[in-house]
Amino acid sequence: MGDSVKKPGWKDIPIGGRIEDAGNSQKYYVGGWRTRRPVWIKENCIHCLFCWVACPDAAIVVEDGKIQGFDYDHCKGCGICARECPAKSPAIQMRSENIEDQFDS
Amino acid sequence: MGNRIALTGNEAVALGMKQIAPDVVAAYPITPQTEVVQIFSQYVADGDVDTEFVTVESEHSAMSAALGASAAGARAMTATSSNGLELMFEVVNITASLRLPIVMPIVNRAITGPINIHCDHSDVMTIRDSSWILLFGENAQEAYDNLLMANRIAEHSDILLPVAVNMDGFIISHAVENIEIVEDEVVKEFVGDYYPEKYLLDAANPITMGPVDLQDYLFEHKRQQIEAIKKVSGVVRQVSQEFAELTGRHYDLFEEYRLDDAEVALIAIGSTAGTAKAAIDNLREQGIKVGLLKIRLYRPFPAKEIVEALKGVKTIGVMDRAESYSNTGGPLYADIRAAMYDVGGTAQVMNIVYGIGGRDMTVRDLENLITQLQKVTETGEIEERIIHYGVRD
Amino acid sequence: MATLKELATRDGKFCGGHRLCPGCGAGIVTRQVLAAAKDNVVVGCATGCLEVSTTIYPYTAWNTSFIHNAFENAAATTSGVEAAYRALKKRKKFGLEDSKYNFIAFGGDGGTYDIGFQSLSGAMERGHRMLYVCYDNGAYMNTGIQRSSATPLGADTTTSPAGKEIPGKVQYRKELTDIIAAHYIPYVAQASPSNWKDLTRKVEKALSIDGPSFINIISACPRGWRIPEDQGLELHRIAIDSCFWPLFEIEDGVKYTINYKPKTKRPVEDWLKPQGRFKHLFKPENRYLIAEEQKRIDERWEMLLRRAGELD
Repeated sequence: MGDSVKKPGWKDIPIGGRIEDAGNSQKYYVGGWRTRRPVWIKENCIHCLFCWVACPDAAIVVEDGKIQGFDYDHCKGCGICARECPAKSPAIQMRSENIEDQFDS
Repeated sequence: MGNRIALTGNEAVALGMKQIAPDVVAAYPITPQTEVVQIFSQYVADGDVDTEFVTVESEHSAMSAALGASAAGARAMTATSSNGLELMFEVVNITASLRLPIVMPIVNRAITGPINIHCDHSDVMTIRDSSWILLFGENAQEAYDNLLMANRIAEHSDILLPVAVNMDGFIISHAVENIEIVEDEVVKEFVGDYYPEKYLLDAANPITMGPVDLQDYLFEHKRQQIEAIKKVSGVVRQVSQEFAELTGRHYDLFEEYRLDDAEVALIAIGSTAGTAKAAIDNLREQGIKVGLLKIRLYRPFPAKEIVEALKGVKTIGVMDRAESYSNTGGPLYADIRAAMYDVGGTAQVMNIVYGIGGRDMTVRDLENLITQLQKVTETGEIEERIIHYGVRD
Repeated sequence: MATLKELATRDGKFCGGHRLCPGCGAGIVTRQVLAAAKDNVVVGCATGCLEVSTTIYPYTAWNTSFIHNAFENAAATTSGVEAAYRALKKRKKFGLEDSKYNFIAFGGDGGTYDIGFQSLSGAMERGHRMLYVCYDNGAYMNTGIQRSSATPLGADTTTSPAGKEIPGKVQYRKELTDIIAAHYIPYVAQASPSNWKDLTRKVEKALSIDGPSFINIISACPRGWRIPEDQGLELHRIAIDSCFWPLFEIEDGVKYTINYKPKTKRPVEDWLKPQGRFKHLFKPENRYLIAEEQKRIDERWEMLLRRAGELD
């Protein structure tokens, strides 16, 4: 998602450095920072949302009070979610961020 | 037409602020500006104005709170002097960069080192590169009038830059003059309401202000600032024209006084211009062709117009009430010399640094100076191009 | 108080795609604070990690109005926003008459305990209706881990390095929460994102007050503390259980309440040991500093208990 397109000139941007597209950091990809990725094991999840409230990156998707999985564009793989998961059988596993591992997730 | 009443410069400015009735004023007392804050506080306490007055704990917070208020969508003002301006310096620059049209009277006073409470222009000269619009007045009437015009200039959609309305500490701020006051309702209509295009309190359109602006965008935002600066002269003239129609008092970027046929010209800022006029009148009677160019808009600097006005002048004495410690004279001198370069010309340009720390500059002093400049005109000989006038050896 | 399910519906004021480090406490603190806010929010933010990582032009992680001015003036700037709101509401501009707004300022410990201290004190004293949140990670992390007045005794930072002669920071941290309480403002508290319930309740309470409030929130910095990225919240729990970071609140400057009392107080070593910044304290010649820190923590905890009426 980087900035491959030509950047706008001074006439084409709001004055004073104002950003008028609130929350547009969501268009910015930080998933590449990960060395490990959290993997959600749905059947173990008790939907307590402890992972959601502990995530620094707003990268856990919740709909109607239920966990839906991870937003891998914005998860940086810190692993806090996996540590905070209280489920008896952990519902989040951290796995190495490499090609082979991605196949079995 | 308005009333004529006797007021000090500070009283006139405080009254002007009441008439403008900004949404928010955040200010801190400092000599010689203190009265402005005190008088305004009394207006608020008596219910004469419904401005939110934020009694901050420092000038840094004064400008910070004014910035926050302006960003939120309010018309915001502050006022200061000297070290107060130096303390708020950081935010002075940010205000301009965020394009927030704050208005600030500055009651000019020497900056400390060692401490001195009297007039010179060493305070305001430190913000001359901040992209604030700097207006100066010769007396309380002009300070008041400049203040009434300031919001219109600052808030103009082509500009959106802050304006400082300068007046000389004590000489103007504490001296009583008969001033023509514009009626409240007329001020209200002239100044109008402030409706920013984007503001923090617009919940439907949230914005981020003051982001991290790195090598890929900061230059573009600075270029926008330059564009606004280019348009200031035109807007100042337009607003001044409207003001003249309302009040009969005419203002331009600068004032020319007996300059048409002048061979010697003084260029001055602030109250000294008034003293210079008296000296010029006296020497004109003796046949010396001398005139004055009084700066009103100092930043942005109307270089082209000034050079045009000085056409035919043989000797120019640039009066600086501040040093720049560069071995190249005071700041105004550097501006004038740079402006003159483009037209070639043969005029001699000299610098008179004077009045530091409130040292008097009398009519007699100015007559002396004009006589010296006249001698240069006649002989073409210059002993010293930069004179520190009135300092003891 | 809101449940997590309710909080999740209020999510979205602070978005992903920001550039805070993995495992940064400030990201968790900000999300929890903003989720507790029910009304419109204007955020003021001091220069620091949170600000530089969330507003890199042309991107912003803030899906709410946000202003950054400078390092030392988040409180003064936000007080100006709040004053503007009062003025414009009074003058019936922009349809603000019936609106509800929360004004929240964020600053790190550098921008709050140190350079922004005066601005904060002024804003609190003036009584603006605003919540100031300090995310305290105990050093100037944004510029590369320099000591602040919030840095704990003995910590190895880049300007209080543990050297041959000097064993890290030689001063105790200052207790800003107590200082702000001495302004006798309506509400002051200390919180931790490891206890979201307590934190959420405190933010909700602070925002319900018609006046100034201050919440000091511990915030792990994996880089500065030299801990693994996933350990922050666990460390917070130890900070609380060792009483290094007690959870308490002070109403109107006088009414102290301890919000959590550990069943067994953990020794300060449990808090220090996992953190690389305190590694040198475990050398025999530096161990006296651990004893000193323990003494300070014990004395402070006792003082808090006494003020809360839990000790005779």
